Amino acid sequence: MNDVQIWTYVLVALTFSLYIGIAIWSRAGSTKEFYVAGGGVSPLANAMATAADWMSAASFISMAGIISITGYDGSVYLMGWTGGYVLLALLLAPYLRKFGKFTVPDFIGDRYYSNTARMVAVFCALLVSFTYVAGQMRGVGVVFSRFLEVDINTGVIIGMVIVLFYAVLGGMKGITYTQVAQYCVLIFAFMVPAIFISIQMTGNPIPQIGMGSTVNDGSGMYLLEKLNGLSTELGFAEYTSGSKSLVDVFAITLALMVGTAGLPHVIVRFFTVKKVKDARKSAGLALLLIAILYTTAPAVAVFARTNMIETVSNKEYENMPEWFKNWEGTGLLTFEDKNQDGKIQYVANKSQNELTIDPDIMVLANPEIANLPAWVIALVAAGGLAAALSTAAGLLLVISSSVSHDLVKKIFVPNISEKGELWAARAAATVGVIIAGYFGINPPGFVAAVVALAFGLAAASFFPAIVLGIFHKKMNKEGAIAGMVVGIILMLFYMLKFKFGIFDGGKEAVIGLKESWWFGISPEGFGSVAMVVNFVVALTVNRFTPEPPKEVQEIVENIRIPSGAGDASSH
Amino acid sequence: MSEKQKKATAYWKENVRYLFILLTIWFAVSYGAGIIFKDALNAINLGGFKLGFWFAQQGAIYVFVILIFIYVRLMNKLDKKYGYDE
Repeated sequence: MNDVQIWTYVLVALTFSLYIGIAIWSRAGSTKEFYVAGGGVSPLANAMATAADWMSAASFISMAGIISITGYDGSVYLMGWTGGYVLLALLLAPYLRKFGKFTVPDFIGDRYYSNTARMVAVFCALLVSFTYVAGQMRGVGVVFSRFLEVDINTGVIIGMVIVLFYAVLGGMKGITYTQVAQYCVLIFAFMVPAIFISIQMTGNPIPQIGMGSTVNDGSGMYLLEKLNGLSTELGFAEYTSGSKSLVDVFAITLALMVGTAGLPHVIVRFFTVKKVKDARKSAGLALLLIAILYTTAPAVAVFARTNMIETVSNKEYENMPEWFKNWEGTGLLTFEDKNQDGKIQYVANKSQNELTIDPDIMVLANPEIANLPAWVIALVAAGGLAAALSTAAGLLLVISSSVSHDLVKKIFVPNISEKGELWAARAAATVGVIIAGYFGINPPGFVAAVVALAFGLAAASFFPAIVLGIFHKKMNKEGAIAGMVVGIILMLFYMLKFKFGIFDGGKEAVIGLKESWWFGISPEGFGSVAMVVNFVVALTVNRFTPEPPKEVQEIVENIRIPSGAGDASSH
Repeated sequence: MSEKQKKATAYWKENVRYLFILLTIWFAVSYGAGIIFKDALNAINLGGFKLGFWFAQQGAIYVFVILIFIYVRLMNKLDKKYGYDE
């Protein structure tokens, strides 16, 4: 066993025992503790939990890698996944907190005085959460297999057991406090290598500034200028310009922003604080904590890209460092010597390019490429696990509360006892973990693609219904239901047609369909169109159907005023 | 309309006005500076950054954080003014 592995075992064992310890200490005794952690979480603790909940394996492992390969085009994730918090803080969080219920379908069901609306919302919540959680389990498996050399499937099962343990036992209360610990682990793990490499390459310890500084090699050249030069030399687009169309960049950014604000596992976090005032403040703190990682990621992307090109481009394959061989072993990095010269040609031209790099390895391999000490490399593994586990737990809670609270209690067995509901919640969480684990072990090929689309689905369904529910007093159930149904069906249709090629003969047809994208918008960006359609349908139907009852209009007036929020409750 | 309702309506109007102003800035820094006017702004340099690129990968995010905290402050003041704070 080498140094990196020993360090990885030590750090993973330490962090996992910490999570389990917290789960035992904070286990839930009532449904209120299970759903909203008792409703007394401080704004800072809630912000840390929100940040960990939010930053998934995709943010931690994949995002910087995707940015480093796509350059400017990667900005859609940076702006999209942070800008959504502005919408959340200004348009949703304070009012939903004042409303004071346990779940998002709860709000939809009560505001639109209809169990049909509630069912539609439950369906959307489950669809969004399941697609998302399967991707997290896969992330856990990848980290385990690379760093601990266990089989990917064993890795997934270990992850399942851990999440099962604290989500089922602790509910929202257990999850909240483990997420606080997970935030600390993941942000430390992300920042340490970034700071090391920033000093190495530019002499500046702050990565956000280092990325815009001059290179440390005495040339006096700016780092980004150098990277633009390297990229164009190899035939790639200029790093700071990108190659996506303006319309598509606009649409994807909007879909991700609105989707972020509409994701049920993020929204429910704001039900756990005491007052409306706390909900606002907590959203601000959460974005601040998230922004630390999101402004560092583009710097990591620039460092990793420059390092990667300089290490491999036109170098002898024989002389590649150890990390290169290690990653080749996982199949995430492949080299094929097409012109038989023994050197690595890494160029944009597909017929001449000899190196294929999976974006997922950029963050994980970055410390190795930069020759950082073993403990830093191990730290990244622990951080990746923290990111994946915290998000998976948050999503499982949405799945379990949608089933036990919105379906079992509100629709099928209204007179279920508190204890019975708590057991239903635990059973639902257990089934949720098993299904998620199954998809983690047997990814149906499209999981990774669907994760990105979960945002489109959230944007197309929840966001308009919630915003109209707050800002349009006369919005009725007919309008809201019609909007949600049309929005989500349109999004599903576009996704199946242009992402999976279902109507045109399968996966192979997808590339050819690019020409016929509506308005030149990719499936990833289509959520913004589906959202607009949802709004239009909802408002139109609303005009021709009876206005909502007086009591409902009074509820709307009431949630607009922050005082007297009281506790979150089930009735 | 009762006194209580008048107060609630006035509060809501001011709230919506704040939202409108803050969301205009939100739109301007991300979709404006980071996407639509990116190429024009890239002609300007900010240290080693091209300005449009900087907005898209750094600046917009900083502004987002600041916007929420400004909103928190404005609303806390507004709550006090109307006696809705607790």
